[in-house]
Amino acid sequence: MELIRIKNVTKQYKNGVTAIYDLSLSIKKGSFVFVIGGSGSGKSTFIKMLYREEKPTKGEIIVGGLNVLKLRNKKVYKLRRKLGIVFQDYRLLPKSTVYENVAFAIEVLGARRDEIRKKTLKAIELVGLKHKIHNYPDQLSGGEQQRVAIARAIVNEPKLLLCDEPTGNLDPEMSMEIMQVLEQINKSCGTTIIMATHDKDIVNKMKKEVIVLKDGHLLKHVEKGEYEE
Amino acid sequence: MRFFRMLGRSIRDAFKSVFRNFSLSLASISCIIITLLIVAVAIILTFNVENFTKEMEKDLTIVVFLNNNTTEDQVKDVQQKLEKMNNVESLTYQSKNAVKEEMRKENEVFNEVMSTWKDDDNPLKDTFQVKVKDVEKIKDTALKIKKLDQVSVVNYGEAWVDKMISMFSVIEKGAYGVVIALILVTVFLIVNTIKLTIFSRKREISIMRLVGASNIAIKTPFIVEGMILGCIGSILPILAVCFGYVALYNHLNGYVYTEIIKLVEPEPFIYIVSGIILIIGILVGMIGSSSAVRKYLKV
Repeated sequence: MELIRIKNVTKQYKNGVTAIYDLSLSIKKGSFVFVIGGSGSGKSTFIKMLYREEKPTKGEIIVGGLNVLKLRNKKVYKLRRKLGIVFQDYRLLPKSTVYENVAFAIEVLGARRDEIRKKTLKAIELVGLKHKIHNYPDQLSGGEQQRVAIARAIVNEPKLLLCDEPTGNLDPEMSMEIMQVLEQINKSCGTTIIMATHDKDIVNKMKKEVIVLKDGHLLKHVEKGEYEE
Repeated sequence: MRFFRMLGRSIRDAFKSVFRNFSLSLASISCIIITLLIVAVAIILTFNVENFTKEMEKDLTIVVFLNNNTTEDQVKDVQQKLEKMNNVESLTYQSKNAVKEEMRKENEVFNEVMSTWKDDDNPLKDTFQVKVKDVEKIKDTALKIKKLDQVSVVNYGEAWVDKMISMFSVIEKGAYGVVIALILVTVFLIVNTIKLTIFSRKREISIMRLVGASNIAIKTPFIVEGMILGCIGSILPILAVCFGYVALYNHLNGYVYTEIIKLVEPEPFIYIVSGIILIIGILVGMIGSSSAVRKYLKV
């Protein structure tokens, strides 16, 4: 079962820079995929197009049955509810506690109070932060903040989790912690995970599906790959 | 059910955010207070000008003098014709003898002179006093009356009445213009202040978009917040109107300079003005925040 299908996608920014050239690939449900490549390889653009922060200039992107290109601005939330997103800079609400930050993501969908509580606690437990539930983001370490962000991304039980350099701001030890959390989510919930990174160690250790981009072209797409220069 | 849950959440979040972003809320509220105060003063002035205009218009009368030899039947005939006219509100008839008696009461000299007049040689004329519905058409009506049989002279203080009427309509329109302009300025100011407060929460809005909140779900708390700010901001101006106007009214004994220029009575006037201010405050807060938030919903 494929979750994502990308066909002949080209992305050119308004300033004339082309970030992606004629990209075609598909990603299966339940897989764990690394998107790697150097700076300017187009991996961030690739992730951004999947949650429609950027629209492709040409081609077709289908995520979980939704044609991303045809989605109007007002209807983007339909796509976003199917996926969770984790960023390098966490993007937490500074004035809300850990619990509020995570609960926020399902509250805005209009869930019932007991349901919100149940799912929020479950997600926080999954990332191992139950003891810090009432702390504010600035009282947490970088790794912990990123785990809050992951909890927020999965609280809605999405089919797909997009991570844009989630370990970019973390030291190797914390990075591995995050990777363990992600692997657990992938295994226990069957969530498809797509992660853009340029961290060699992680990719080499995990031995997962790898998509290699270079200057906007697809270089390689392998089942169990390693990071090569 | 889901709708009410969302609405409840919006209201709760709006209150929370008013207090969490207290300094910014305070800036918006002060801006609303100041502009609403100015609007309140403008509204009070407009109402009073309008009230004064209406009072003056009520006093305007056309005096119709009939010929000296008019018989009683002819008087009735004229009366019927006057009553049939479109613009005639009411009329009162005064026979020349009644006019004479009235004048004698008013003035010693008149009394002396007129005491020798008998009913037959009374040189005064029978009159109708006509009140009109639409003052702006008073000239046309007077001309029409003039053409009736047995009517000798028609008088409504032509020159100055015409001037006054056109002046009133200018003042009225000007006052409305000022109020509307002020309200627009208020909206503009408040939109900008609220934009500032929302700018500081750009991140929050973009996160809401990213976790899949629909635009309405994002907007509603901000709109409710704008309404709360508008509501709080209108409290002081309303108090100022209620106490200030009553104090002014009592201080001036209800009129300005002469007893002709009467102020509007405080009750229920102040409640109406308060209501208008509250509604303006809430609407402006709503419009302000919803237009300010729209900009950030495009990510």
